[in-house]
Amino acid sequence: MDSQIYLKNVSTLEYDSSLCIGCKMCVEVCPHNVFRMVDKKSEIIDRDKCMECGACEINCSPGALKVKQGVGCAAAVISGFFKGTEPNCDCGTNTNCC
Amino acid sequence: MDFTKLSLVSPTLTSSTWSRADRWGAVRVRSSIGRNHYQLAPGLYKLGKPGSDSDVFVSANYKLSFDILRRELKGLDAWILVLQTYGVNVWCAAGKGTFGTDEIIRQIKDTGLGSYVSHKRLIVPQLGAPGVSAHKVKKSSGFSVKFGPVRAEDIKDYIAAGYKKDELTRSVQFNFKDRILLAPVEVMNSLKYLILALIFFGLLSGIHRGGYSFPLILEEGPIAIIFLLTAYLTGAVFTPALLPWLPFRHFGGKGLIAGFLTSGLMILLIAPGSQAFGMIAWLLISGAVSSFLAMNFTGASTYTGLSGVRKEMRFFVPLQIALTVIGITLLIISKLN
Repeated sequence: MDSQIYLKNVSTLEYDSSLCIGCKMCVEVCPHNVFRMVDKKSEIIDRDKCMECGACEINCSPGALKVKQGVGCAAAVISGFFKGTEPNCDCGTNTNCC
Repeated sequence: MDFTKLSLVSPTLTSSTWSRADRWGAVRVRSSIGRNHYQLAPGLYKLGKPGSDSDVFVSANYKLSFDILRRELKGLDAWILVLQTYGVNVWCAAGKGTFGTDEIIRQIKDTGLGSYVSHKRLIVPQLGAPGVSAHKVKKSSGFSVKFGPVRAEDIKDYIAAGYKKDELTRSVQFNFKDRILLAPVEVMNSLKYLILALIFFGLLSGIHRGGYSFPLILEEGPIAIIFLLTAYLTGAVFTPALLPWLPFRHFGGKGLIAGFLTSGLMILLIAPGSQAFGMIAWLLISGAVSSFLAMNFTGASTYTGLSGVRKEMRFFVPLQIALTVIGITLLIISKLN
Protein backbone atom coordinates (compact mmCIF):
# COMPACT_ATOMS: atom_id res chain seq x y z
CA MET A 1 0.00 0.00 0.00
CA ASP A 2 1.32 3.42 -0.94
CA SER A 3 1.58 5.18 2.39
CA GLN A 4 1.22 8.55 0.67
CA ILE A 5 -2.34 7.91 -0.46
CA TYR A 6 -5.08 9.33 1.71
CA LEU A 7 -8.78 8.66 1.13
CA LYS A 8 -9.88 7.40 -2.28
CA ASN A 9 -12.33 9.02 -4.69
CA VAL A 10 -12.51 12.33 -2.86
CA SER A 11 -10.31 14.68 -4.86
CA THR A 12 -12.06 17.49 -6.75
CA LEU A 13 -9.42 17.45 -9.50
CA GLU A 14 -10.88 17.76 -13.02
CA TYR A 15 -9.01 17.66 -16.28
CA ASP A 16 -10.13 18.55 -19.79
CA SER A 17 -7.51 17.05 -22.08
CA SER A 18 -8.87 18.87 -25.12
CA LEU A 19 -7.54 22.14 -23.64
CA CYS A 20 -4.07 20.80 -22.81
CA ILE A 21 -1.24 22.51 -24.72
CA GLY A 22 1.45 20.12 -23.46
CA CYS A 23 3.42 22.72 -21.49
CA LYS A 24 4.26 20.16 -18.73
CA MET A 25 3.70 22.70 -15.96
CA CYS A 26 1.35 20.35 -14.09
CA VAL A 27 4.06 17.68 -14.08
CA GLU A 28 6.56 20.25 -12.81
CA VAL A 29 4.48 21.60 -9.94
CA CYS A 30 2.58 18.57 -8.63
CA PRO A 31 4.23 17.41 -5.37
CA HIS A 32 2.67 13.94 -5.65
CA ASN A 33 3.35 13.05 -9.26
CA VAL A 34 -0.30 12.89 -10.20
CA PHE A 35 0.49 13.72 -13.86
CA ARG A 36 2.68 12.45 -16.64
CA MET A 37 3.15 13.38 -20.27
CA VAL A 38 1.87 11.00 -22.91
CA ASP A 39 2.08 12.02 -26.57
CA LYS A 40 2.66 15.69 -25.67
CA LYS A 41 -0.45 15.79 -23.52
CA SER A 42 -0.81 15.57 -19.78
CA GLU A 43 -2.44 12.50 -18.32
CA ILE A 44 -3.61 11.81 -14.79
CA ILE A 45 -1.78 8.76 -13.42
CA ASP A 46 -3.48 8.55 -10.04
CA ARG A 47 -6.16 10.98 -8.94
CA ASP A 48 -6.18 9.54 -5.41
CA LYS A 49 -2.70 10.96 -4.80
CA CYS A 50 -4.02 14.50 -5.31
CA MET A 51 -4.04 16.61 -2.14
CA GLU A 52 -5.86 19.55 -3.73
CA CYS A 53 -3.01 22.04 -3.23
CA GLY A 54 -4.08 23.88 -6.36
CA ALA A 55 -0.60 24.29 -7.87
CA CYS A 56 -1.59 22.67 -11.17
CA GLU A 57 -4.69 24.78 -11.68
CA ILE A 58 -3.04 28.16 -11.21
CA ASN A 59 -0.13 27.12 -13.41
CA CYS A 60 -2.27 25.72 -16.20
CA SER A 61 -2.45 28.67 -18.59
CA PRO A 62 -5.11 27.19 -20.91
CA GLY A 63 -7.33 26.30 -17.94
CA ALA A 64 -7.44 22.57 -18.61
CA LEU A 65 -7.14 21.72 -14.93
CA LYS A 66 -9.62 22.56 -12.19
CA VAL A 67 -9.38 21.66 -8.53
CA LYS A 68 -11.03 23.11 -5.46
CA GLN A 69 -7.95 24.33 -3.61
CA GLY A 70 -8.01 23.83 0.13
CA VAL A 71 -6.01 22.93 3.19
CA GLY A 72 -6.22 19.32 4.32
CA CYS A 73 -6.15 20.26 7.96
CA ALA A 74 -8.76 19.16 10.52
CA ALA A 75 -7.90 22.03 12.87
CA ALA A 76 -8.56 24.49 10.04
CA VAL A 77 -11.91 22.81 9.28
CA ILE A 78 -12.88 23.12 12.95
CA SER A 79 -11.88 26.78 13.25
CA GLY A 80 -13.56 27.53 9.91
CA PHE A 81 -16.72 25.87 11.22
CA PHE A 82 -16.80 28.06 14.33
CA LYS A 83 -15.86 31.22 12.48
CA GLY A 84 -18.21 30.50 9.60
CA THR A 85 -15.43 30.75 7.02
CA GLU A 86 -13.76 28.39 4.58
CA PRO A 87 -11.03 26.32 6.26
CA ASN A 88 -7.74 28.21 6.04
CA CYS A 89 -4.44 28.35 7.86
CA ASP A 90 -5.15 31.70 9.46
CA CYS A 91 -5.52 30.27 12.92
CA GLY A 92 -5.04 33.72 14.40
CA THR A 93 -1.91 35.57 15.32
CA ASN A 94 -1.36 34.03 18.73
CA THR A 95 -1.76 30.38 17.92
CA ASN A 96 0.73 28.00 16.49
CA CYS A 97 -0.11 26.95 13.02
CA CYS A 98 1.47 25.75 9.82
CA MET B 1 25.53 37.80 10.01
CA ASP B 2 26.73 36.18 6.85
CA PHE B 3 24.18 37.74 4.55
CA THR B 4 23.24 41.30 4.02
CA LYS B 5 20.29 43.25 2.86
CA LEU B 6 21.06 45.00 -0.38
CA SER B 7 20.33 48.47 0.91
CA LEU B 8 23.16 48.00 3.41
CA VAL B 9 25.51 46.13 1.12
CA SER B 10 28.58 44.82 2.81
CA PRO B 11 31.23 43.47 0.46
CA THR B 12 32.61 41.08 3.04
CA LEU B 13 29.85 38.55 3.13
CA THR B 14 30.90 35.11 1.95
CA SER B 15 29.71 32.30 4.15
CA SER B 16 26.47 30.40 4.18
CA THR B 17 27.26 28.58 7.40
CA TRP B 18 24.93 28.87 10.35
CA SER B 19 25.97 30.87 13.37
CA ARG B 20 25.30 29.59 16.87
CA ALA B 21 22.25 31.88 16.99
CA ASP B 22 20.91 30.34 13.75
CA ARG B 23 21.35 26.81 15.09
CA TRP B 24 19.75 27.69 18.40
CA GLY B 25 16.91 29.47 16.57
CA ALA B 26 16.21 26.35 14.52
CA VAL B 27 16.02 24.22 17.67
CA ARG B 28 13.74 26.77 19.28
CA VAL B 29 11.20 27.00 16.47
CA ARG B 30 11.22 23.23 15.95
CA SER B 31 10.18 23.10 19.60
CA SER B 32 7.35 25.49 18.80
CA ILE B 33 8.83 28.37 20.80
CA GLY B 34 8.45 31.78 19.19
CA ARG B 35 7.72 30.07 15.88
CA ASN B 36 5.32 32.76 14.72
CA HIS B 37 7.86 35.52 15.14
CA TYR B 38 10.90 33.96 13.51
CA GLN B 39 11.16 36.37 10.62
CA LEU B 40 13.58 38.38 8.57
CA ALA B 41 12.98 41.48 6.49
CA PRO B 42 11.66 40.77 2.98
CA GLY B 43 13.72 42.05 0.09
CA LEU B 44 16.80 41.19 -1.95
CA TYR B 45 19.76 39.47 -0.34
CA LYS B 46 23.12 38.50 -1.74
CA LEU B 47 24.95 35.35 -0.93
CA GLY B 48 28.61 35.22 -1.82
CA LYS B 49 29.46 37.60 -4.65
CA PRO B 50 26.58 37.38 -7.09
CA GLY B 51 26.90 39.03 -10.47
CA SER B 52 24.47 40.02 -13.15
CA ASP B 53 24.21 36.46 -14.41
CA SER B 54 23.84 34.75 -11.01
CA ASP B 55 20.70 32.82 -10.20
CA VAL B 56 17.89 34.39 -8.22
CA PHE B 57 16.28 32.13 -5.62
CA VAL B 58 12.94 33.09 -4.14
CA SER B 59 12.22 32.33 -0.49
CA ALA B 60 9.83 33.13 2.35
CA ASN B 61 10.61 35.38 5.30
CA TYR B 62 10.24 32.52 7.79
CA LYS B 63 13.83 32.57 8.98
CA LEU B 64 14.17 28.79 9.08
CA SER B 65 13.15 28.52 5.40
CA PHE B 66 15.67 31.20 4.46
CA ASP B 67 18.41 29.70 6.64
CA ILE B 68 17.99 26.24 5.13
CA LEU B 69 18.11 27.73 1.63
CA ARG B 70 21.31 29.71 2.20
CA ARG B 71 22.93 26.75 3.94
CA GLU B 72 22.15 24.51 0.97
CA LEU B 73 23.51 27.11 -1.46
CA LYS B 74 26.92 26.99 0.20
CA GLY B 75 29.67 27.76 -2.28
CA LEU B 76 27.36 29.43 -4.79
CA ASP B 77 27.08 33.11 -5.57
CA ALA B 78 23.41 33.89 -5.72
CA TRP B 79 20.68 36.41 -5.16
CA ILE B 80 17.89 35.57 -2.76
CA LEU B 81 14.58 37.36 -3.12
CA VAL B 82 12.70 37.09 0.18
CA LEU B 83 8.93 37.54 0.01
CA GLN B 84 6.75 38.93 2.79
CA THR B 85 4.97 35.83 4.08
CA TYR B 86 4.61 37.11 7.64
CA GLY B 87 6.98 34.52 9.05
CA VAL B 88 5.23 31.55 7.45
CA ASN B 89 7.09 28.84 5.53
CA VAL B 90 6.88 28.58 1.73
CA TRP B 91 4.30 25.81 1.38
CA CYS B 92 1.80 27.06 3.96
CA ALA B 93 2.21 30.64 2.76
CA ALA B 94 1.60 29.48 -0.82
CA GLY B 95 -1.63 27.84 0.35
CA LYS B 96 -2.70 31.15 1.88
CA GLY B 97 -1.56 33.08 -1.18
CA THR B 98 0.95 35.30 0.67
CA PHE B 99 3.78 33.46 -1.04
CA GLY B 100 2.15 34.32 -4.30
CA THR B 101 2.05 35.83 -7.77
CA ASP B 102 1.31 39.38 -6.61
CA GLU B 103 3.98 39.37 -3.90
CA ILE B 104 6.68 38.16 -6.32
CA ILE B 105 5.74 40.87 -8.82
CA ARG B 106 5.79 43.47 -6.04
CA GLN B 107 9.21 42.40 -4.71
CA ILE B 108 10.74 42.33 -8.20
CA LYS B 109 9.63 45.92 -8.60
CA ASP B 110 10.39 47.19 -5.08
CA THR B 111 13.89 45.73 -4.98
CA GLY B 112 14.75 46.82 -8.50
CA LEU B 113 15.83 43.25 -9.21
CA GLY B 114 16.04 43.96 -12.92
CA SER B 115 18.90 46.41 -12.35
CA TYR B 116 21.06 43.78 -10.62
CA VAL B 117 20.62 40.90 -13.04
CA SER B 118 20.82 40.83 -16.80
CA HIS B 119 18.72 37.69 -17.16
CA LYS B 120 15.01 37.11 -16.51
CA ARG B 121 14.96 33.90 -14.51
CA LEU B 122 13.63 33.20 -11.04
CA ILE B 123 14.01 29.88 -9.25
CA VAL B 124 10.99 29.40 -7.02
CA PRO B 125 10.72 26.43 -4.65
CA GLN B 126 8.25 23.94 -6.10
CA LEU B 127 6.11 24.04 -2.96
CA GLY B 128 5.51 27.72 -3.68
CA ALA B 129 3.56 26.71 -6.79
CA PRO B 130 0.10 26.62 -5.12
CA GLY B 131 0.45 30.41 -4.77
CA VAL B 132 2.55 31.31 -7.78
CA SER B 133 1.21 31.37 -11.29
CA ALA B 134 4.29 31.26 -13.51
CA HIS B 135 2.58 32.59 -16.62
CA LYS B 136 1.07 35.52 -14.72
CA VAL B 137 4.45 36.47 -13.20
CA LYS B 138 5.94 36.36 -16.68
CA LYS B 139 3.20 38.50 -18.13
CA SER B 140 3.45 41.19 -15.43
CA SER B 141 7.19 41.28 -14.74
CA GLY B 142 8.91 39.65 -17.68
CA PHE B 143 10.62 37.20 -15.34
CA SER B 144 10.09 33.54 -16.07
CA VAL B 145 9.56 31.31 -13.07
CA LYS B 146 11.36 27.99 -12.92
CA PHE B 147 10.03 25.75 -10.20
CA GLY B 148 13.03 24.19 -8.47
CA PRO B 149 13.08 21.05 -6.36
CA VAL B 150 10.83 20.53 -3.32
CA ARG B 151 13.79 20.33 -0.94
CA ALA B 152 16.59 22.90 -0.80
CA GLU B 153 19.11 20.07 -0.36
CA ASP B 154 18.41 19.01 -3.98
CA ILE B 155 19.16 22.45 -5.47
CA LYS B 156 22.78 21.72 -6.38
CA ASP B 157 21.83 18.48 -8.14
CA TYR B 158 19.05 20.38 -9.88
CA ILE B 159 21.50 22.98 -11.17
CA ALA B 160 24.04 20.31 -12.13
CA ALA B 161 21.35 18.50 -14.13
CA GLY B 162 20.75 21.65 -16.18
CA TYR B 163 17.87 22.99 -14.07
CA LYS B 164 15.95 19.73 -14.39
CA LYS B 165 14.13 17.68 -11.77
CA ASP B 166 13.38 14.00 -11.64
CA GLU B 167 10.39 12.27 -10.12
CA LEU B 168 12.06 12.10 -6.72
CA THR B 169 13.19 15.71 -6.44
CA ARG B 170 9.73 16.99 -7.34
CA SER B 171 7.95 14.72 -4.82
CA VAL B 172 7.15 15.74 -1.32
CA GLN B 173 8.16 13.11 1.25
CA PHE B 174 6.82 12.35 4.66
CA ASN B 175 9.29 9.96 6.18
CA PHE B 176 9.90 9.02 9.80
CA LYS B 177 12.35 11.87 10.39
CA ASP B 178 9.96 14.44 8.90
CA ARG B 179 7.17 13.25 11.15
CA ILE B 180 9.30 13.13 14.30
CA LEU B 181 10.55 16.68 13.68
CA LEU B 182 6.92 17.80 13.77
CA ALA B 183 6.09 16.02 17.04
CA PRO B 184 7.16 18.81 19.44
CA VAL B 185 4.94 21.28 17.59
CA GLU B 186 2.03 18.84 17.79
CA VAL B 187 2.59 18.38 21.53
CA MET B 188 2.61 22.13 22.09
CA ASN B 189 -0.33 22.86 19.78
CA SER B 190 -3.04 21.17 21.84
CA LEU B 191 -1.55 21.77 25.27
CA LYS B 192 -4.43 24.01 26.29
CA TYR B 193 -6.91 21.19 25.63
CA LEU B 194 -4.80 18.82 27.70
CA ILE B 195 -4.75 21.22 30.64
CA LEU B 196 -8.53 21.68 30.46
CA ALA B 197 -9.02 17.90 30.30
CA LEU B 198 -6.70 17.35 33.26
CA ILE B 199 -8.65 19.86 35.34
CA PHE B 200 -12.02 18.42 34.29
CA PHE B 201 -11.13 14.78 34.93
CA GLY B 202 -9.22 15.71 38.07
CA LEU B 203 -12.33 17.32 39.51
CA LEU B 204 -14.44 14.38 38.31
CA SER B 205 -12.31 11.96 40.32
CA GLY B 206 -13.59 13.53 43.54
CA ILE B 207 -17.07 12.09 42.98
CA HIS B 208 -18.11 9.10 45.08
CA ARG B 209 -21.28 7.37 46.27
CA GLY B 210 -21.54 9.51 49.37
CA GLY B 211 -21.13 12.80 47.52
CA TYR B 212 -17.92 14.69 46.78
CA SER B 213 -14.52 14.43 48.41
CA PHE B 214 -11.49 16.59 47.73
CA PRO B 215 -8.97 14.16 49.27
CA LEU B 216 -10.28 11.58 46.78
CA ILE B 217 -8.94 13.81 43.98
CA LEU B 218 -5.41 13.21 45.24
CA GLU B 219 -6.07 9.50 45.46
CA GLU B 220 -7.75 8.89 42.10
CA GLY B 221 -6.63 11.95 40.17
CA PRO B 222 -3.28 10.38 39.22
CA ILE B 223 -5.12 7.62 37.33
CA ALA B 224 -6.82 10.26 35.22
CA ILE B 225 -3.48 11.99 34.66
CA ILE B 226 -1.79 8.77 33.53
CA PHE B 227 -4.54 7.89 31.05
CA LEU B 228 -4.85 11.41 29.66
CA LEU B 229 -1.10 11.86 29.20
CA THR B 230 -0.84 8.45 27.56
CA ALA B 231 -3.69 9.24 25.18
CA TYR B 232 -2.24 12.67 24.46
CA LEU B 233 1.19 11.35 23.57
CA THR B 234 -0.38 8.52 21.59
CA GLY B 235 -2.33 10.94 19.41
CA ALA B 236 0.32 13.66 19.09
CA VAL B 237 3.53 11.63 18.92
CA PHE B 238 3.12 7.84 18.55
CA THR B 239 0.43 7.91 15.88
CA PRO B 240 2.32 10.42 13.70
CA ALA B 241 5.53 8.43 14.17
CA LEU B 242 3.89 5.11 13.28
CA LEU B 243 1.55 6.61 10.68
CA PRO B 244 2.17 4.29 7.70
CA TRP B 245 2.06 1.15 9.84
CA LEU B 246 -1.22 1.78 11.65
CA PRO B 247 -4.40 0.42 10.05
CA PHE B 248 -6.92 2.68 8.21
CA ARG B 249 -6.21 5.53 5.82
CA HIS B 250 -8.22 7.88 8.05
CA PHE B 251 -5.97 9.62 10.58
CA GLY B 252 -8.81 9.52 13.12
CA GLY B 253 -8.98 5.75 12.68
CA LYS B 254 -5.24 5.36 13.13
CA GLY B 255 -5.38 7.43 16.31
CA LEU B 256 -8.39 5.50 17.63
CA ILE B 257 -6.67 2.13 17.26
CA ALA B 258 -3.43 3.46 18.76
CA GLY B 259 -5.37 5.03 21.65
CA PHE B 260 -7.16 1.74 22.40
CA LEU B 261 -3.84 -0.13 22.31
CA THR B 262 -1.88 2.18 24.62
CA SER B 263 -4.72 2.67 27.10
CA GLY B 264 -5.33 -1.10 27.10
CA LEU B 265 -1.66 -1.55 27.88
CA MET B 266 -1.92 0.97 30.72
CA ILE B 267 -4.89 -0.89 32.16
CA LEU B 268 -2.85 -4.11 32.21
CA LEU B 269 0.14 -2.31 33.71
CA ILE B 270 -1.36 -0.16 36.43
CA ALA B 271 -4.77 -1.48 37.27
CA PRO B 272 -5.38 -5.12 36.41
CA GLY B 273 -8.59 -6.35 37.98
CA SER B 274 -9.86 -2.93 38.96
CA GLN B 275 -13.42 -1.74 38.48
CA ALA B 276 -14.50 -2.77 34.97
CA PHE B 277 -16.75 0.22 34.21
CA GLY B 278 -13.97 2.63 35.10
CA MET B 279 -11.47 0.85 32.89
CA ILE B 280 -13.85 0.64 29.92
CA ALA B 281 -14.50 4.33 30.45
CA TRP B 282 -10.78 5.14 30.18
CA LEU B 283 -10.43 2.94 27.13
CA LEU B 284 -13.17 4.88 25.32
CA ILE B 285 -11.98 8.31 26.44
CA SER B 286 -8.38 7.52 25.49
CA GLY B 287 -9.48 6.34 22.06
CA ALA B 288 -11.41 9.56 21.51
CA VAL B 289 -8.56 11.82 22.68
CA SER B 290 -5.96 10.03 20.60
CA SER B 291 -8.26 9.93 17.57
CA PHE B 292 -8.91 13.67 17.79
CA LEU B 293 -5.22 14.57 18.03
CA ALA B 294 -4.27 12.20 15.22
CA MET B 295 -7.01 13.74 13.08
CA ASN B 296 -5.46 17.16 13.68
CA PHE B 297 -2.17 15.81 12.39
CA THR B 298 -3.72 15.95 8.91
CA GLY B 299 -2.71 19.62 9.00
CA ALA B 300 0.95 18.70 9.41
CA SER B 301 0.92 15.82 6.96
CA THR B 302 2.00 16.34 3.37
CA TYR B 303 -0.62 14.34 1.53
CA THR B 304 -4.10 15.00 2.95
CA GLY B 305 -6.52 17.12 0.95
CA LEU B 306 -9.46 19.14 2.21
CA SER B 307 -12.13 16.91 0.65
CA GLY B 308 -10.68 13.85 2.35
CA VAL B 309 -10.30 15.58 5.71
CA ARG B 310 -13.92 16.75 5.55
CA LYS B 311 -15.04 13.23 4.74
CA GLU B 312 -13.18 11.64 7.61
CA MET B 313 -14.37 14.32 10.04
CA ARG B 314 -18.01 13.66 9.22
CA PHE B 315 -17.50 10.20 10.62
CA PHE B 316 -14.85 10.58 13.29
CA VAL B 317 -15.92 13.79 15.05
CA PRO B 318 -19.34 12.37 16.02
CA LEU B 319 -17.62 9.12 17.03
CA GLN B 320 -15.09 10.99 19.21
CA ILE B 321 -17.91 12.92 20.89
CA ALA B 322 -19.96 9.75 21.45
CA LEU B 323 -17.00 7.85 22.94
CA THR B 324 -16.22 10.77 25.25
CA VAL B 325 -19.81 11.13 26.45
CA ILE B 326 -20.23 7.37 27.02
CA GLY B 327 -16.80 7.26 28.69
CA ILE B 328 -17.60 10.09 31.10
CA THR B 329 -20.99 8.51 31.89
CA LEU B 330 -19.37 5.14 32.64
CA LEU B 331 -16.71 6.86 34.74
CA ILE B 332 -19.37 8.57 36.86
CA ILE B 333 -21.36 5.32 37.17
CA SER B 334 -18.22 3.50 38.29
CA LYS B 335 -17.66 6.11 40.96
CA LEU B 336 -21.22 5.99 42.24
CA ASN B 337 -21.19 2.22 42.53
